[in-house]
Amino acid sequence: MPQIAQIAETYSSQIFWLLLTFGFVFFVIGLGMVPKVQGTADARDAKISGDLDAAKAAFARADEVEADYRAREAESRAAAQAVLAKAKADAAKDSERKLAAADAEVASLISAAESRIQAASNAAMAQIETVAVDAARDMVARISGVEATEAAARNAVKAALAHG
Amino acid sequence: MAESGKIDPMHQFAIEPLFGTDHLSIGGFNIAFTNSALYMVAAAVVLWIFVVGGMKRELVPGRWQMAVEYMTGFIKSLLVANVGEGGKKYIPYVFSLFMFILLANLLGLLPLGLLGLHPFTFTSHFTATGVLAILSFSIVLIVGFWKHGLHFFSLFVPHGTPLPMIPVIFPIELVSFLVRPFSLGLRLFVAMTAGHVLLKVLAGFVINSSNAGLGYGLTVGSASFLLMIGISALEVLVAVIQAYVFALLTSVYINDAENLH
Repeated sequence: MPQIAQIAETYSSQIFWLLLTFGFVFFVIGLGMVPKVQGTADARDAKISGDLDAAKAAFARADEVEADYRAREAESRAAAQAVLAKAKADAAKDSERKLAAADAEVASLISAAESRIQAASNAAMAQIETVAVDAARDMVARISGVEATEAAARNAVKAALAHG
Repeated sequence: MAESGKIDPMHQFAIEPLFGTDHLSIGGFNIAFTNSALYMVAAAVVLWIFVVGGMKRELVPGRWQMAVEYMTGFIKSLLVANVGEGGKKYIPYVFSLFMFILLANLLGLLPLGLLGLHPFTFTSHFTATGVLAILSFSIVLIVGFWKHGLHFFSLFVPHGTPLPMIPVIFPIELVSFLVRPFSLGLRLFVAMTAGHVLLKVLAGFVINSSNAGLGYGLTVGSASFLLMIGISALEVLVAVIQAYVFALLTSVYINDAENLH
């Protein structure tokens, strides 16, 4: 077994080279490079968990904003409905008042027109009477040659007009 | 040594100085650059290339960076599971240990013999595994006494031990604690040695049975060859598992030093 047979002449060389090479591995690679590699991995892990936390926080904030938005929407909807109802009531009241005013105006116009018509028809009747009296006196004078008094003619006309 | 024909299954563990450095020495100690040292350097260089590929530090990693970060993340979760949050400061050490042993095991399994090279697994030498085990054990001792002082000895008295039992329990726990570096180093050495010996013995069967005749070659040889394919797959698994066991036990021992049970 060379491990035992050669130990006397090779142990110092093996120990020397092992310490040299393992020293290089430990000090240059282990202490010099591995922490940087591990640091990169740790930084990546930290970044991933940080990003996840940020995403979670953003989600929570979005929910909050949405709830806030919903509350404000409901609020403004209620406000709009109140404004609408008030406007409806105002408009109804307003049109009622206008209607009443218009009614009154129309009624006064109608009564004025009616009185005007009444006056006009009275005037027309009076005129017709005068014309009829003249015509009656004329007819009496032509037919009988008697001059009828104006009062008699008027009475006769009145009676005829009253009978229609 | 067990010889099967001309094929020596133990020859693969022989250490040979390379590039004429046989007599290189420091303070009287030989430090020849051997095939073992070559594979240590190869493991370190391959690991360096692997980790450099993961240094792009992009937020969205590519495949290579993902692979490197997977390995460091694996060691991190191993330490956090066994030691807790305080285990993170041992990531550089346990990562170096795990990857160095893993690459040593895997590089030693490469079929470089086909190219005329001589593959070598330095984790099959207890000199090498012993050094790594003593390193891990020293860290446990240093951290333990640094953090807890003499209170570290309470590690050897489990919670709820009745007072009369302490004189018995204490030596038992102490011995089991002191055996740790040996079990740590020997486990890796034995697992790697056994697997490689088994592969070479079976390969020897294939060659010797074929040389003995066509009938032997077709029966014994092909059966051994099929077995070798399966065992080679198993050896890749063992290479990974032994590296993992070394890292896992190191982190369990570090937990004792950090948290005292």
